[in-house]
Amino acid sequence: MIPTSHYLVVSLLLFTTGVIGVLTRRNVIIVLMSIELILNAVNINLVAFSQHLASLDGQVFAIFVITDAAAEAAVGLGIIIAFFRNRQTLLADEMDLLRW
Amino acid sequence: MTNEILFYFFAGLAVLGGVLVVTMRNAVHSAVFLITTLLATAGLYLTLNAEFLFVVQIILYVGGIMVLFVFVIMLVNLDVALHQVQFNRQTWVAGLLSFALLAELLAAVALARSYGEENWLFAAPHVPTVTAEGNTEQIGRLLFQNYVIPFEIASILLLVALVGAVVMGKKRI
Repeated sequence: MIPTSHYLVVSLLLFTTGVIGVLTRRNVIIVLMSIELILNAVNINLVAFSQHLASLDGQVFAIFVITDAAAEAAVGLGIIIAFFRNRQTLLADEMDLLRW
Repeated sequence: MTNEILFYFFAGLAVLGGVLVVTMRNAVHSAVFLITTLLATAGLYLTLNAEFLFVVQIILYVGGIMVLFVFVIMLVNLDVALHQVQFNRQTWVAGLLSFALLAELLAAVALARSYGEENWLFAAPHVPTVTAEGNTEQIGRLLFQNYVIPFEIASILLLVALVGAVVMGKKRI
Protein backbone atom coordinates (compact mmCIF):
# COMPACT_ATOMS: atom_id res chain seq x y z
CA MET A 1 0.00 0.00 0.00
CA ILE A 2 1.14 3.54 -0.73
CA PRO A 3 1.55 5.85 2.29
CA THR A 4 -0.92 8.72 2.50
CA SER A 5 1.93 11.25 2.52
CA HIS A 6 2.79 10.37 -1.09
CA TYR A 7 -0.71 11.40 -2.15
CA LEU A 8 -0.30 14.60 -0.15
CA VAL A 9 2.92 15.44 -2.03
CA VAL A 10 1.27 14.85 -5.42
CA SER A 11 -1.62 17.03 -4.32
CA LEU A 12 0.78 19.76 -3.18
CA LEU A 13 2.60 19.78 -6.51
CA LEU A 14 -0.68 20.05 -8.42
CA PHE A 15 -1.93 22.78 -6.07
CA THR A 16 1.23 24.88 -6.48
CA THR A 17 1.10 24.47 -10.26
CA GLY A 18 -2.48 25.73 -10.20
CA VAL A 19 -1.57 28.69 -8.00
CA ILE A 20 1.27 29.64 -10.35
CA GLY A 21 -1.14 29.43 -13.28
CA VAL A 22 -3.73 31.63 -11.59
CA LEU A 23 -1.14 34.24 -10.59
CA THR A 24 0.92 34.47 -13.76
CA ARG A 25 -1.18 33.72 -16.85
CA ARG A 26 -2.91 36.53 -18.73
CA ASN A 27 -5.42 34.38 -20.64
CA VAL A 28 -8.58 34.12 -18.51
CA ILE A 29 -9.53 30.69 -19.84
CA ILE A 30 -6.20 29.26 -18.71
CA VAL A 31 -6.70 30.93 -15.33
CA LEU A 32 -10.03 29.06 -15.03
CA MET A 33 -8.28 25.81 -16.00
CA SER A 34 -5.70 26.43 -13.28
CA ILE A 35 -8.55 26.78 -10.79
CA GLU A 36 -9.74 23.35 -11.91
CA LEU A 37 -6.23 22.06 -11.19
CA ILE A 38 -6.42 23.46 -7.66
CA LEU A 39 -9.83 21.85 -7.07
CA ASN A 40 -8.41 18.53 -8.28
CA ALA A 41 -5.54 18.77 -5.83
CA VAL A 42 -8.07 19.28 -3.03
CA ASN A 43 -10.02 16.25 -4.22
CA ILE A 44 -6.93 14.03 -4.15
CA ASN A 45 -6.34 15.10 -0.56
CA LEU A 46 -9.94 14.39 0.42
CA VAL A 47 -9.97 10.92 -1.12
CA ALA A 48 -6.53 10.05 0.27
CA PHE A 49 -7.64 10.91 3.79
CA SER A 50 -10.92 9.11 3.18
CA GLN A 51 -8.92 5.94 2.65
CA HIS A 52 -6.47 6.73 5.42
CA LEU A 53 -9.22 7.10 8.02
CA ALA A 54 -11.30 4.26 6.53
CA SER A 55 -14.31 6.57 6.25
CA LEU A 56 -16.26 7.47 3.13
CA ASP A 57 -17.11 11.05 4.22
CA GLY A 58 -14.12 12.39 2.30
CA GLN A 59 -15.40 10.90 -0.94
CA VAL A 60 -18.81 12.51 -0.40
CA PHE A 61 -17.08 15.85 0.08
CA ALA A 62 -15.11 15.25 -3.11
CA ILE A 63 -18.44 14.84 -4.93
CA PHE A 64 -19.57 18.21 -3.56
CA VAL A 65 -16.30 19.79 -4.70
CA ILE A 66 -16.84 18.39 -8.20
CA THR A 67 -20.37 19.86 -8.18
CA ASP A 68 -18.95 23.24 -7.22
CA ALA A 69 -16.35 22.99 -9.96
CA ALA A 70 -19.07 22.34 -12.53
CA ALA A 71 -21.13 25.32 -11.35
CA GLU A 72 -18.08 27.58 -11.25
CA ALA A 73 -16.96 26.54 -14.73
CA ALA A 74 -20.42 27.16 -16.21
CA VAL A 75 -20.80 30.65 -14.71
CA GLY A 76 -17.15 31.59 -15.28
CA LEU A 77 -17.20 30.61 -18.94
CA GLY A 78 -20.52 32.46 -19.35
CA ILE A 79 -18.91 35.59 -17.95
CA ILE A 80 -15.93 35.14 -20.28
CA ILE A 81 -18.22 34.88 -23.31
CA ALA A 82 -20.21 37.96 -22.27
CA PHE A 83 -17.02 39.94 -21.63
CA PHE A 84 -15.42 38.86 -24.89
CA ARG A 85 -18.52 39.96 -26.78
CA ASN A 86 -18.28 43.45 -25.27
CA ARG A 87 -14.54 44.09 -25.16
CA GLN A 88 -12.96 41.66 -27.68
CA THR A 89 -10.24 40.61 -25.27
CA LEU A 90 -9.37 37.62 -23.12
CA LEU A 91 -6.44 39.09 -21.20
CA ALA A 92 -6.89 39.46 -17.47
CA ASP A 93 -4.87 42.68 -17.19
CA GLU A 94 -6.99 44.40 -19.84
CA MET A 95 -10.15 43.76 -17.82
CA ASP A 96 -10.09 47.08 -16.00
CA LEU A 97 -13.68 48.32 -16.25
CA LEU A 98 -13.78 48.97 -12.51
CA ARG A 99 -10.48 50.86 -12.43
CA TRP A 100 -10.88 54.54 -11.72
CA MET B 1 3.49 -3.92 -6.40
CA THR B 2 1.10 -3.20 -9.23
CA ASN B 3 -0.51 -0.57 -7.06
CA GLU B 4 2.81 1.24 -6.56
CA ILE B 5 3.63 1.22 -10.26
CA LEU B 6 0.17 2.53 -11.13
CA PHE B 7 0.41 5.22 -8.45
CA TYR B 8 3.76 6.57 -9.61
CA PHE B 9 2.68 6.42 -13.26
CA PHE B 10 -0.54 8.34 -12.64
CA ALA B 11 1.10 10.78 -10.22
CA GLY B 12 3.84 11.64 -12.69
CA LEU B 13 1.33 12.00 -15.49
CA ALA B 14 -0.86 14.29 -13.39
CA VAL B 15 1.98 16.60 -12.35
CA LEU B 16 3.49 16.69 -15.86
CA GLY B 17 0.09 17.51 -17.34
CA GLY B 18 -0.46 20.22 -14.74
CA VAL B 19 2.86 21.90 -15.55
CA LEU B 20 2.07 21.77 -19.27
CA VAL B 21 -1.40 23.28 -18.69
CA VAL B 22 0.22 26.33 -17.13
CA THR B 23 3.07 26.72 -19.64
CA MET B 24 1.36 26.07 -22.99
CA ARG B 25 0.83 29.08 -25.27
CA ASN B 26 -2.26 27.79 -27.04
CA ALA B 27 -5.39 27.44 -24.90
CA VAL B 28 -6.48 24.32 -26.80
CA HIS B 29 -3.21 22.58 -25.93
CA SER B 30 -3.72 23.57 -22.31
CA ALA B 31 -7.18 22.02 -22.42
CA VAL B 32 -5.82 18.76 -23.84
CA PHE B 33 -3.18 18.54 -21.11
CA LEU B 34 -5.80 19.38 -18.48
CA ILE B 35 -7.78 16.39 -19.76
CA THR B 36 -4.61 14.29 -19.30
CA THR B 37 -4.27 15.51 -15.74
CA LEU B 38 -7.93 14.84 -14.96
CA LEU B 39 -7.72 11.29 -16.33
CA ALA B 40 -4.54 10.66 -14.33
CA THR B 41 -6.35 11.94 -11.23
CA ALA B 42 -9.13 9.48 -11.98
CA GLY B 43 -6.46 6.76 -12.02
CA LEU B 44 -5.24 7.95 -8.62
CA TYR B 45 -8.80 7.60 -7.30
CA LEU B 46 -8.74 4.03 -8.55
CA THR B 47 -5.57 3.29 -6.57
CA LEU B 48 -7.42 4.68 -3.53
CA ASN B 49 -10.34 2.26 -3.97
CA ALA B 50 -12.75 5.07 -4.88
CA GLU B 51 -14.43 3.50 -7.89
CA PHE B 52 -17.47 5.76 -7.84
CA LEU B 53 -15.35 8.92 -7.89
CA PHE B 54 -13.28 7.44 -10.71
CA VAL B 55 -16.40 7.17 -12.87
CA VAL B 56 -17.75 10.56 -11.73
CA GLN B 57 -14.43 12.21 -12.53
CA ILE B 58 -14.39 10.84 -16.07
CA ILE B 59 -18.06 11.49 -16.85
CA LEU B 60 -18.39 14.89 -15.19
CA TYR B 61 -14.95 16.46 -15.55
CA VAL B 62 -13.65 15.04 -18.79
CA GLY B 63 -17.03 14.54 -20.43
CA GLY B 64 -18.79 17.64 -19.14
CA ILE B 65 -16.59 20.47 -17.92
CA MET B 66 -13.75 19.98 -20.40
CA VAL B 67 -16.15 19.83 -23.34
CA LEU B 68 -17.53 23.15 -22.09
CA PHE B 69 -14.01 24.58 -21.93
CA VAL B 70 -13.11 23.44 -25.44
CA PHE B 71 -16.42 24.78 -26.73
CA VAL B 72 -15.79 28.22 -25.20
CA ILE B 73 -12.21 28.27 -26.55
CA MET B 74 -13.68 27.61 -29.98
CA LEU B 75 -16.22 30.45 -29.54
CA VAL B 76 -13.71 33.08 -28.42
CA ASN B 77 -10.67 31.88 -30.35
CA LEU B 78 -8.35 34.76 -31.18
CA ASP B 79 -5.35 34.27 -33.41
CA VAL B 80 -3.80 37.49 -32.16
CA ALA B 81 -3.84 36.11 -28.62
CA LEU B 82 -1.22 33.55 -29.63
CA HIS B 83 1.31 36.24 -30.50
CA GLN B 84 0.87 38.29 -27.34
CA VAL B 85 2.86 38.01 -24.13
CA GLN B 86 1.38 35.10 -22.19
CA PHE B 87 2.62 35.94 -18.69
CA ASN B 88 1.87 39.13 -16.80
CA ARG B 89 4.30 41.53 -15.12
CA GLN B 90 4.10 39.97 -11.67
CA THR B 91 5.30 36.57 -12.93
CA TRP B 92 8.64 36.48 -11.10
CA VAL B 93 7.23 37.61 -7.76
CA ALA B 94 4.28 35.23 -8.10
CA GLY B 95 6.53 32.30 -9.04
CA LEU B 96 8.85 32.99 -6.13
CA LEU B 97 5.99 33.20 -3.65
CA SER B 98 4.40 30.04 -5.05
CA PHE B 99 7.62 28.10 -4.62
CA ALA B 100 7.91 29.48 -1.09
CA LEU B 101 4.37 28.18 -0.47
CA LEU B 102 5.32 24.78 -1.92
CA ALA B 103 8.44 24.59 0.28
CA GLU B 104 6.37 25.51 3.32
CA LEU B 105 3.71 22.88 2.66
CA LEU B 106 6.30 20.19 1.91
CA ALA B 107 8.05 21.10 5.15
CA ALA B 108 4.70 20.73 6.94
CA VAL B 109 4.29 17.21 5.51
CA ALA B 110 7.90 16.35 6.38
CA LEU B 111 7.48 17.72 9.92
CA ALA B 112 4.42 15.52 10.39
CA ARG B 113 6.88 12.63 10.36
CA SER B 114 8.28 13.69 13.72
CA TYR B 115 4.89 14.20 15.39
CA GLY B 116 1.90 12.03 15.99
CA GLU B 117 1.63 8.45 17.07
CA GLU B 118 4.25 6.32 15.31
CA ASN B 119 4.37 8.12 11.95
CA TRP B 120 0.72 7.57 11.21
CA LEU B 121 0.87 9.64 8.04
CA PHE B 122 3.75 7.62 6.65
CA ALA B 123 2.66 4.16 7.54
CA ALA B 124 0.55 2.21 5.09
CA PRO B 125 -3.11 3.17 5.59
CA HIS B 126 -5.81 0.86 6.77
CA VAL B 127 -6.57 -1.92 4.38
CA PRO B 128 -10.24 -1.35 3.57
CA THR B 129 -12.45 -4.11 4.76
CA VAL B 130 -14.34 -5.76 1.96
CA THR B 131 -18.03 -5.28 2.64
CA ALA B 132 -21.05 -6.84 1.06
CA GLU B 133 -22.12 -3.60 -0.60
CA GLY B 134 -19.76 -1.81 -2.93
CA ASN B 135 -18.31 1.68 -2.91
CA THR B 136 -21.20 3.19 -4.87
CA GLU B 137 -23.89 1.80 -2.56
CA GLN B 138 -22.06 3.06 0.50
CA ILE B 139 -21.60 6.56 -0.94
CA GLY B 140 -25.24 6.66 -2.02
CA ARG B 141 -26.38 5.64 1.46
CA LEU B 142 -24.17 8.31 3.02
CA LEU B 143 -25.30 10.95 0.53
CA PHE B 144 -28.99 10.36 1.15
CA GLN B 145 -28.81 9.83 4.91
CA ASN B 146 -26.08 11.87 6.57
CA TYR B 147 -25.59 14.48 3.86
CA VAL B 148 -29.09 14.96 2.50
CA ILE B 149 -29.29 18.71 3.34
CA PRO B 150 -25.94 19.56 1.67
CA PHE B 151 -27.07 17.43 -1.26
CA GLU B 152 -30.23 19.52 -1.69
CA ILE B 153 -28.26 22.75 -1.30
CA ALA B 154 -25.88 21.53 -4.02
CA SER B 155 -28.86 21.00 -6.32
CA ILE B 156 -30.01 24.59 -5.66
CA LEU B 157 -26.46 25.77 -6.40
CA LEU B 158 -26.55 23.95 -9.73
CA LEU B 159 -29.92 25.52 -10.56
CA VAL B 160 -28.54 28.99 -9.77
CA ALA B 161 -25.44 28.31 -11.88
CA LEU B 162 -27.67 27.14 -14.73
CA VAL B 163 -29.72 30.35 -14.63
CA GLY B 164 -26.54 32.42 -14.32
CA ALA B 165 -24.92 30.78 -17.32
CA VAL B 166 -28.04 31.31 -19.43
CA VAL B 167 -28.26 34.99 -18.44
CA MET B 168 -24.56 35.51 -19.17
CA GLY B 169 -25.00 33.94 -22.59
CA LYS B 170 -27.71 36.39 -23.66
CA LYS B 171 -27.05 38.64 -26.62
CA ARG B 172 -27.26 41.96 -24.79
CA ILE B 173 -26.16 42.18 -21.20
